[in-house]
This record gives sequence, structure tokens and C-alpha cells, in this order.
Amino acid sequence: MEWSEHGFELGKVGSGAGVRGMTLRDHAIRYGFIVLLFGLVAYFAIAADGFVSPQSAVFIFQSVAITGVLALGVTATLVVGGFDLSIGSVATSAMMAASYVMVVLEQNAVVAVVACLLIGAIVGLINGWLIVYMRVPDLLATLGMMFLLVGLQRIPTEGRSIATGMTMPDGSVANGKFSDAFLALGRHRFDFFIPNLIPVSVVVLLVLAVVIWFFLEYTRFGRMMYAVGSNERAAELAGAPVKAYKIWAYVISGVFASIGGILLAARLGRGDIASGNNLLLDAVAAALIGYAVLGAAKPNAFGTAIGALFVGILLQGLTMMNAPYYTQDFVKGVVLVVALVFTFALSGRGRG
Amino acid sequence: MVGNAVFRVEGLRKSFGRNEVLGGVSLDLHAGEVTVLMGANGAGKSTLVKIISGVYERGGGTMTLASQDFAPAKPAEAIRAGVVTVHQNINDGVVADLDVATNLTLDRLSGKGAPTLFNPARVRREAKAVADRMGLTIDLKARVSDLSLADRQMVAIARALAHQPKVLILDEPTSSLSSAEADRLFALIDRLRDQSVAILYISHRMSDIRRLADRIVSMRDGVISGVFDAKPLDYEGAVNAMLGRKIHLDQIVARDSVKAVLTVEGLRIAQGAKPISLTLGDGEVVAITGLVGVGKTALAETLFGVRKPLAGTMTMNGKPYMPRSAGDAIAAGVFLVAKDRATSGIVGDFNIERNVSLPFLKRMSNLSVLKRRLERATARRQIEELSIVCRSEKDEMSALSGGNQQKVMVARWMAQDATLFILDEPFQGVDISARRDIAAKLRASANGRATLLFVTELDEALETADRILVMSEHTIVGEHRNADVDLDRLLAEVAGGPLHSAA
Repeated sequence: MEWSEHGFELGKVGSGAGVRGMTLRDHAIRYGFIVLLFGLVAYFAIAADGFVSPQSAVFIFQSVAITGVLALGVTATLVVGGFDLSIGSVATSAMMAASYVMVVLEQNAVVAVVACLLIGAIVGLINGWLIVYMRVPDLLATLGMMFLLVGLQRIPTEGRSIATGMTMPDGSVANGKFSDAFLALGRHRFDFFIPNLIPVSVVVLLVLAVVIWFFLEYTRFGRMMYAVGSNERAAELAGAPVKAYKIWAYVISGVFASIGGILLAARLGRGDIASGNNLLLDAVAAALIGYAVLGAAKPNAFGTAIGALFVGILLQGLTMMNAPYYTQDFVKGVVLVVALVFTFALSGRGRG
Repeated sequence: MVGNAVFRVEGLRKSFGRNEVLGGVSLDLHAGEVTVLMGANGAGKSTLVKIISGVYERGGGTMTLASQDFAPAKPAEAIRAGVVTVHQNINDGVVADLDVATNLTLDRLSGKGAPTLFNPARVRREAKAVADRMGLTIDLKARVSDLSLADRQMVAIARALAHQPKVLILDEPTSSLSSAEADRLFALIDRLRDQSVAILYISHRMSDIRRLADRIVSMRDGVISGVFDAKPLDYEGAVNAMLGRKIHLDQIVARDSVKAVLTVEGLRIAQGAKPISLTLGDGEVVAITGLVGVGKTALAETLFGVRKPLAGTMTMNGKPYMPRSAGDAIAAGVFLVAKDRATSGIVGDFNIERNVSLPFLKRMSNLSVLKRRLERATARRQIEELSIVCRSEKDEMSALSGGNQQKVMVARWMAQDATLFILDEPFQGVDISARRDIAAKLRASANGRATLLFVTELDEALETADRILVMSEHTIVGEHRNADVDLDRLLAEVAGGPLHSAA
């Protein structure tokens, strides 16, 4: 990790600024959250039977896969100093669209996937356009888009869920079905030492995490996006097309959310109007928890992935210790608040 | 002037940390008189105003209002005592979503004795009284957000005057007004002068100052550097006291350039401004000087492609140069160290290394993947080149002093070879040694490009440039070879007086 290098090198010692050593506090800020994560794992390993097993680990990853993909996307908008509240509804819209394409229009898996990705990209473009050119504040623009999509995805089926054999508004019966190739996205498991271990969704999560991490940390586009988020005018005067970067961030967010929606549809095997309620809040929480990882105090892909994992481990452990399901949201909220205190109060580097 | 001062400040001091901003300021204001306060950025004007208006606590000295001790602990106390300030930002003085009448009486809606219930009829009646007293003809039911800037300004001033002040402070009130709008403001100020209000008027605009001033007080480096009240007023003297030479440094050896790099013809950067023509040569350092608000930054931004000129052509090395964005300008080799590094230069989340590499990421990457080793090597080389004091290239910008932060900004743009290198107020908030380092570096590396500086302080131009151009009213009014500068003529040009001989 690049940011772990800060403060270790004692190169030229100059006057003025004074030497900043690594104090206990710095260590606490930098490694506190990682230590907490390992502590949690150690605790559950002792307290909950069967917590330490490949299956359990895979289950944790699987439980956070869709949330994690969405969180990685929203990280891109956080990097440019924006926010995307529409990701949850983009994901459910993509899920409904995939179902509609296959069940009602009787198309194959490729068409369904392409349709979903297009929806994500178009919504991202519209979000970016609203924010950059129409000057609507990011929270409001994407909130509006969220409502719009929640409503829109119900119109084609008059508010019904989509499944093979459903009756359409005009009285006909939809006879298409989810193609096997599409369902494999939700059900196939790759061999990894143990046969049939790792689900496709987990592989997608890991690949996307590496891709977005590399993009943000190691390419000039990612670097410029951070510059835009930190000082827009300075980035512009350094020659960056600031508006384009902002719009791209929302397109990334939209596309990632639609990938999440594809995975959700493949897992459920139907277009369930009631699913995906928690996606937005969980994804945003993961991205914000990510601020606290390694004392980054800024949105970052690695932190987001760890943030998603953290929540997954906590919930899995608690479930295995028979904590009731209704305490889950409370626990997530506590983790988020603690992480935010880590980021803003302790490190003192809060972004205005 | 005769008569006792209504308001008197004596030996006023103020420090922020170790940094002394006011070093014993004494100032008198008289009833029925407009005193103009002039001073460059950082001279301490706004600190002085904030102490008088009760925003800051003074560090030492006394203030008296009508021979009574005056020590406001907060702005409301100053207003109640009769010392009213209209701040530079117009929208700080009005509530945009309320109507004019409510704005005019806003201060009566809170505080002791204010009625609990809002009575619109009474508010309108009181507002009308305030408006009439000032000759204000704005519709009292109009929402302030629907008014023009000038009308808002009038409302802000009228609101201030509802307290019937003895002393009125106006902080650069015309900075966002058109000249017709400013005329209305001046008429109002004349009216107040006749009503025996003592007015302190802070401005850089010579045309305002010529129109209004009964006295001029110049401020420099936290002290009063000149008081001018003999008629006719000595405007050049006032400018000299504010900007002129204070220390005689070694004259630089002015160089002449033979090869033109950039030729500008008929460039108009503001409505109603005369066109600008200039030529910048290879290897020379040219400084453009002039008061704040005469269009220096506008010209810099036009050359850098982030502002569109109204007319004119630019030619660089024989080819037409018409940048439409900063990206275009950078691609053509035109680099700008922008004014005010905190808002338009430094990326706060980035360390030194990443701040240096920012504009040239494309040149420092392979298939868009950053070459981090090259990035680091560049940062290290630039830290060395400009002798930036830091622990390593990984230091956060906030750990550096102002002078070193500015060096990083200069280092950023010197990492690659420029065709035209523009620096807008590069010495603002920079200590003297960093300023010398930067100036020396600019001169030493000047060959192979044209270098253009925009500076308000004359000293900075005199100790850095081969040639000095003077700007006034959004155009260039004078040119001097920095060998034996006729300082009187230069100051007259800066002051925009009738003395000036246009270049």
C-alpha cells in the first residue's frame, strides 16, 4: 500500500516543519482498524464453532460480494468529492431489466448483461450531467435519480415481480426463462483446493477490487480524480478536464452498481421487486468505513474492500453466535460511527 | 483637518502567533469627511477593519469614539455604539431569501426588547422610514435575491445606516459593481458626508479614490506609511507610500531579448478596456505591475486559456496561439503559477511529490500507468533545484512554511521546459529569503523561454524583471526598461493620473 509509506522515511531533516515521528496515536490511527479486524477474527475463532473454515470464509465473502461491488463503485464518486445515492436503485433496476430481457423478451444471457451494463452507464451519465452541467448538488441529484429508478423499474410490469410464467399487464403469459448461462453467474462455484468452493460473485468482487484499486492508485486518471476531489480549481489549472473526470466517476459508479444488479438477479433467479433494500446503505457504509483503514482518511479501494469484509465478518460471527438478525443493522451502524470517528476526529484530516 | 476627530485609533497592535500584522496603527476619522485607506494585500487593512468592527480583539493600543473609550467585544456592540461596517462580500450584508423591508429592519428582530411576534406592517413602516432617509427607491417588497448587485449593496448599506452610525466603514464596496452602479453608490456617500458621518473607505480603485477622497491614508506592512490631506491630494505620493521602494537592493542587470516568443495584438480583456499589445522575448523576465483589480489576473488567465478574450490575436513562435483550456496552454508550453496557491495551486491531500507531478502526469506515465520512479526522481530533483526545506518528497504540504509551499508550486511548473512561464503574484505570503531564491532561480533559468510575472509590489518587479510594464484599467499604460527607471513616471502610471504618457 502506497500510503503506508508516509512518515517512515527520514530523508533530509529540515528546519521549520519539525520532525514528525510515529507516535502511539499515529500507530493507533493507522493500524487501529486492522488490529480490530484481526481481533474480531480471533475472537470469533475461539467463541464460534466452525468460524475458521474455508466454507465460512467463502460464505463471508459471498455475503458481501454484491454490497462490495457497489461500494467500490461509489468509492469512485467519493474520490472526486461527490456521492452517489442512486447505486442501490441502479442495482435493482439492473436486476429487473435482466429479468425482463430474459423472461419477457426471451433473449439470451449476453443481451441481458449488456442491457444491464448500458443502464448503469446511462444512469451514470445522467447523474454526472445533472451534477456537472445542471449544477444540482450531488446528494440531491442522485437522490432524485434513486426515486426515479425505484419508480421506473415497476412500470413495465405494473409493480409485479418478474418470473417465468407470470401474467403480463396485457393478459399474456411471459414464457421466457433465465438462461442457464446467466444463472451460472449466481450459482457456479470454482474449484480452489476444495471442489466447488468459490462462487462467481466472489471472483467478480475480487477482480473488480483489484481493477479499481489499480486504476485509482497507479494510473494518471485515478491520480487526477483524487486531485479533482481535493482541489478542483488546482486540478483544472493543471490542465485536467475536471467535468469529464466527474462524469466518468458517476459512470463507473453506475456500471459497478449494474454489475451488482446482475449478480443479484443471477443469485435470485427472478426479478424480485422487494429485494435489494439494504444495498445502498451497506455499500455506502463499507466505503466510509474504508476511510479509516490504514489511516487513509480518504476514499480508497483497498479500504472499501476491507470495510465491506469487516461488516461481513462481524455479521457472520454474530450470526454463528446466535445473535438475532434484527440486531444486524444496529451493529453496522455502530461500526460505521466508530470508523468515522477514527477518520475525522483522531486523524484530524477530515475533508471539509 | 480642523475640528476634533470623531473616531481615533492610537498605537493599535495585533499579532497572530509570532506574526505581527499591525505594528502600532494610528488613525483619525472626522465627521463629514471621506478618508480613503489604501494598502496592498497583507498590509493589514482587513485586520484593522476587523478590530474596529469588533470581530478581532486588539493586541494593544486605544480606540476612542467621540472621546469615549471604544472597545467592542463583538460586532453587535460596535454597531450599537455607532461604528458600522459594510464588508466586501455584499451577500454577507443581506439575507437573500427575505424581502428588502425585512432586510432593512433585520437587526431589530433579535436582541433585547425585540417583539416575539413578527408584525409585517410595522416592519414595512420602519423600513420605509429607513429607505426615505437614505433616498432609497427600491421596491420594499422585492426579494433581495432578485435585486442587482448594486441594489443589494444599497440595501446592505441602508441596513447598516438604519443604526444611524457616526462612523461608517466601507470595505472595497465597488469591487463587484459596474461604473454606473458605482456612481449611485458615490451619490449616496456624498449624501452621508453631508449628514456628517465619518467615512472610512477602503479601495484600490484610483477612479473611486479620485472621486471621493478628502484624505488618503496609506498603509504598508502593518503601519501607516503616509497621510495625505493637503489639497490637491497627492495621489502618486499615496501610491508610493503604499507600494514604492523601501529598501534599495542591488540593481539587476537588465537584459534585452532579440527573439520574440509571444506577440499579443489588440487583446481586449474587459468590456470598455483599451486593447493590449505586447511582445515577450526569449530569455527575458518581464514584470507587469499595477494595483489590485486592474486586470492582471485576467490577463494571466487569458494567456493561459482559462478566460476568453473579447478580441485580439496571439502568436507564439510564429504560429497562432489561441488556447481554449488550461490543457491547450500546457500542451503549447505555456505554464501558469496561479495566484493564491491555497485555493488554486496546492492539492491538500497530496504530498510534495504528487503536487509537483500533477500537470505532467501524462508525460510521466506509460499507457496511462504512472511511472512512480520517474515521479519520485523528478520531485527529488526539483526539491534540490529550488532548495525546498523539507524532510523528504513524501512530506505533506501542510508541514511546509508558506515560502516553501510557494517553492513547490514554482517547482511543479519548472519540472518541464516552458515556452512561456507565467507567474501571478508568486511572492504573496512568501518570506524574503524564499522570495529571493525564487527570483534568482527564475532569472538563472530564463534562457529558452519567456518569463512573465504579475506583481502588485513595485519592489518585486524592480528586483526580478528586465522589463516592467504597468497596467491600469485593464490595459497596459506604460513600459520601462529596468535599468534606470523613472520612478515618478512609473508611479504616475500606476496611479492612472493625467501625468501618464501612454506607451
